[in-house]
Amino acid sequence: MLAYLIRRLFYALPILIGVNVITFALFFVVNTPDDMARMQLGVKRVTPAAIEKWKVERGYDKPLFWNEQADGADKLTQTIFFAKSVKMFALDFGRADDGRDIAREIGLRMGPSLAVAMPVFVLGLFTAISFALLLVYFRATYLDFAGVVLCVAMMSISGLFYIIGGQWLVSKVWHLVPISGYAEGLTAAKFVILPVLVSVLAGIGSSARWYRTIFLEEYTRDYVRTARAKGLSERLVLFRHVLRNALIPILTGAVVVIPALFMGSLLIEAFFGIPGLGSYTIDAINAQDFAVVRAMVFIGSALYIVGLLLTDISYTLVDPRIRLQ
Amino acid sequence: MKPVLLWSDLLFFLLIFAAVAGGWWARRVEHLRLAWRKVGQSRVGMGAAAVLAVFFAIAFVDSLHYRPQLPDAPQGEVRYSTEVLSALDALLTPLRVQTEKTYSAPLATHLFAKETLDDASRDFLPLRYPGTHLFGTDKVGQDVLYLTLKSIRTGLLIGTLTTLIMLPAAIFLGLLAGYAGGWIDDAIQYLYTTLNSIPGVLLIAAAVLMMQVVIDTHPEWFATSAERADARLLALCAILGITSWTGLCRLLRGETLKLRELEYVQAAQALGVSGLRILARHILPNVMHIVMIAIVMDFSGLVLAEAVLSYVGIGVDPNTISFGTMINTARMELAREPMVWWSLAAAFVFMFVLVLAANLFADVVRDAFDPRAAR
Repeated sequence: MLAYLIRRLFYALPILIGVNVITFALFFVVNTPDDMARMQLGVKRVTPAAIEKWKVERGYDKPLFWNEQADGADKLTQTIFFAKSVKMFALDFGRADDGRDIAREIGLRMGPSLAVAMPVFVLGLFTAISFALLLVYFRATYLDFAGVVLCVAMMSISGLFYIIGGQWLVSKVWHLVPISGYAEGLTAAKFVILPVLVSVLAGIGSSARWYRTIFLEEYTRDYVRTARAKGLSERLVLFRHVLRNALIPILTGAVVVIPALFMGSLLIEAFFGIPGLGSYTIDAINAQDFAVVRAMVFIGSALYIVGLLLTDISYTLVDPRIRLQ
Repeated sequence: MKPVLLWSDLLFFLLIFAAVAGGWWARRVEHLRLAWRKVGQSRVGMGAAAVLAVFFAIAFVDSLHYRPQLPDAPQGEVRYSTEVLSALDALLTPLRVQTEKTYSAPLATHLFAKETLDDASRDFLPLRYPGTHLFGTDKVGQDVLYLTLKSIRTGLLIGTLTTLIMLPAAIFLGLLAGYAGGWIDDAIQYLYTTLNSIPGVLLIAAAVLMMQVVIDTHPEWFATSAERADARLLALCAILGITSWTGLCRLLRGETLKLRELEYVQAAQALGVSGLRILARHILPNVMHIVMIAIVMDFSGLVLAEAVLSYVGIGVDPNTISFGTMINTARMELAREPMVWWSLAAAFVFMFVLVLAANLFADVVRDAFDPRAAR
């Protein structure tokens, strides 16, 4: 198991390098730092001196890959590629445009992101699976049909409307919770509850329908017929046999997103004013802070790779037949 | 007037042509004809298809662009407006031109808020065109129905062109990886795992930011603002395509791995048929149902994604009329007292109908084409 994990982490390295190269190409080759400077300083009436100053401030004045002027190892290290991309592997993301250290900022903002994303994940998974189980229990009846229609209708509504509608109804009409904002400690609950409910509601349509098809596929298997033939009650068949066997496809979809929970949700955080990583990214996009976007891309991919690894481990937990070697 | 062919128009016409040609071809192929007949026999499927057809017709009319001739040009000289209009604009001229001063409720006869009159009293001013605005007017007095109808083209283009752009790459690389194996397979797998591991929204955000820099630093490429907005729309389609081709590619690779071992493919190999020809003649037709299902399944998600991305500011050009930009401007209006709800309601209704029809149609198509479901 340990050997397998180490090997998998070793495999992850080329992928991270690939991500790094792609983002590097996107940020520095498609557009030269001069272009970015001109964009940020305003396209018209910008002096070469101002561009040069902008580049020096951000360390974009070095050559891309190979520094002729430097000596020895500095030929490689005194370059944009090394300073901006390679250092990310050491979790050194440099500074944002407002001068703050990105790594520190990420550490601070992880908490609020998790405070929203964790409950959304747990509650969302629980409600979607329960709802799907309910539909499967009443399969091929009008209740099932109505449930599927409801799911399709719910997944046809844009997430934006759930958020806007939730804020309008719960905060503006009913005055139950503040429209947006965030506080530390226990008072956070007041601010977190609405975003959590809204995200769970927005996601339930597609996931419940997806889980329902998984369960129904399990129902056609022989072991279900055997279980019934033994005289097991329908409830026991559902929970002890179908649910357990359906866990593998469910885990495939669910576990991989767990590490990504740290990243929070762009949309929810922006709407509800939660100072997490999602809103940090949105602000960076709007302010065109390239350093922050690059750092977030890197962290996001690293977390995704961790998620894939966790998925494999979770398989061994639910299915004793699977052994990782 | 002077016809204008935007790149997105061209691709959209190509797409419609391809759909018609594909339909013609499918008529002659037995198993495709049977599957489509199954779609045709489904009441839900045909209902959804009829709704979609209306939406596509609106988008088609909205894609016939032209620049109107300016009336006040001096004698003998022909000048064209820099404003690019479409045939839909021409059809909806009353809606487009009959603007009010500011907000008015659906089918209202007076403005929504009181205004100060000449004699310093405050009252609701009568509308210039009372009772003609089915969904009311927005902040600058534009008809909301007109805006929603114009949004349809943007949503449909994103939903269809994205798939169209990514399809060749996904099909070719997927088949190649599955058929060739070895280092080619490894390389293609590495490529899509890497792209997949970047969170979609972030990759889109980064790429759109960069695309915007390119567009902004090269203003000389675009003659009109419509062309610039169009370039951004296409760039967005391409970027969405890059983030979404990996799923289809992986599916096709898996299917090709299976097909490669079948007798008829081995027979073709033994007869000395070249690899590319086997891919085109023997493998591609047998994975077409997967492609078909992927196209219809992705569509609704892309329409929804457009709204979200435009809202976040990394979607279409802010001057392009789309559901996302509509929701973005309408959002603050709910906080007004009394509330302005009709822009949001109109966007909601149109988007809901479009996406619901797409979802229902996709389900019917999947059931008809998926051999596993055909029991």
